[in-house]
Amino acid sequence: MSTKKRILDEKEMERILKRLANEVIEKNKGCEGLYIVGIHTRGVPLAKRIAHYIEKFENEKIHVGSLDITLYRDDLAYIEHQPVIQDSILNFDIEGKHILLIDDVLNTGRTARAALNAILDYGRPAFIQLLVIIDRGNRELPIQADFVGKHLPTAKIESVQVHLKEVDEADEVLIIKD
Amino acid sequence: MKHTLNLTGRNLFDLDDYSVEEIEKIFETAKVMKEINSREYKKIPTLRGKTVATLFFEDSTRTRISFELATTRLSADVVSFTSTGSSLKKGESIQDTVYTLNAMGIDLYVVRHSCPGVPQLVNKYSNKPVLNAGDGRHAHPTQALLDMFSIWEKKGSLKGLKVAIVGDILHSRVVRSNLIGMKKMGADVVVCGPRTLMPPKIEEVYGATCEYDLKTAIKDADVVMALRMQLERQTEGLFPGLGEYTSRYGLSNKMLEFAKDDVLVMHPGPMNRGVEILPEVADSEHSIIIEQVTNGVAVRMALLFLILGGKPGREVA
Repeated sequence: MSTKKRILDEKEMERILKRLANEVIEKNKGCEGLYIVGIHTRGVPLAKRIAHYIEKFENEKIHVGSLDITLYRDDLAYIEHQPVIQDSILNFDIEGKHILLIDDVLNTGRTARAALNAILDYGRPAFIQLLVIIDRGNRELPIQADFVGKHLPTAKIESVQVHLKEVDEADEVLIIKD
Repeated sequence: MKHTLNLTGRNLFDLDDYSVEEIEKIFETAKVMKEINSREYKKIPTLRGKTVATLFFEDSTRTRISFELATTRLSADVVSFTSTGSSLKKGESIQDTVYTLNAMGIDLYVVRHSCPGVPQLVNKYSNKPVLNAGDGRHAHPTQALLDMFSIWEKKGSLKGLKVAIVGDILHSRVVRSNLIGMKKMGADVVVCGPRTLMPPKIEEVYGATCEYDLKTAIKDADVVMALRMQLERQTEGLFPGLGEYTSRYGLSNKMLEFAKDDVLVMHPGPMNRGVEILPEVADSEHSIIIEQVTNGVAVRMALLFLILGGKPGREVA
């Protein structure tokens, strides 16, 4: 029997996103030269929200792009269904820029690894930071996030789902046990 | 009806064994590949460690180079076999050639041959996926896919479009694959050319409309595709002369006025400028001939990715 447990609701998520936006500004001493890139699927609306808060707090325009990492996955030979590849849109030159990668969940680190390779194929940014809403902790690669919404140590058999209004019905974070 | 949306391990002999959904999936994937080809660094690591062999028993420039570029841009390795300068000249059979290459660990074969059916033969001996890059007069499915992708990209869909294909229909494998694919995707196809270069029963077999008058054929057309007039057909006595052919079937600006205002002009190449198409048309704003070549690499990358990535076929409802 599967059980669902809600970890974060809409209000709590909003507070976390605002805090993360402030942390990004604080750590980078403003947002000059900052370019935000969301990883498909849920990283993309998250990137837009974080960018919105940073723009509001700093009164500066932030560029937002999206990235599909399917072609960079290391498990292409194992997956049974072929995922639909979505458009990667980086409407800016990343050469020498400051890139903030955004994803919903960090777990094994393999998606982040693929995203780093994907980004580096566009050019050589000055540096790349990683922001995630949930860090589950089951790392298989030496990768850490610079900004974490919530640490949520979980077993591998559990799954964590971040729901967003833009894609799902509500803003919430759930733990699901099968 | 059941269909597999997973193309892993599939052959591509012709478009008749591909469904509408599968063809659309190839188009969607090709769109992404096209973006990669427009980057400064045109390479992704997706098919690292795979090896593709291109077996060209017949001459080719664009198709072979297009396949080889597609392969290397996905980080797979490519070995290139051409029948001239190979052991075929010493009498080695296709069967033994394939056994030899297979023993060196080829994952996928791209095959062109002047005899129909050789791609199937290579599949039989290798037990590896085979992409047909043109077999005799039979089929040239990757050319048809890139032609259809070029239209799909500009028009959003092929449904209800009038496509006129003009020229030597009899000897063209490009036409046969395009007829199957375009009809499947919902286009109305008109074929047009001299009677001596028109295969019998093309209307019954392919559901195409057949016209011998160019004006009628391209009237209100959304797409006009000219085919290469192979000069050796003249010595075979199939048409009287190039001048006469051009005056009756050559695409000129004057002729194009009968088509729709936003007509797309296409040509699979290589072109005989001034014969089947006048330079004023080939270089006009309607022409997407050069873009067809660009799209060819993207479509072939999509096919290689979909066929070499993932686990072999799982049926989905």
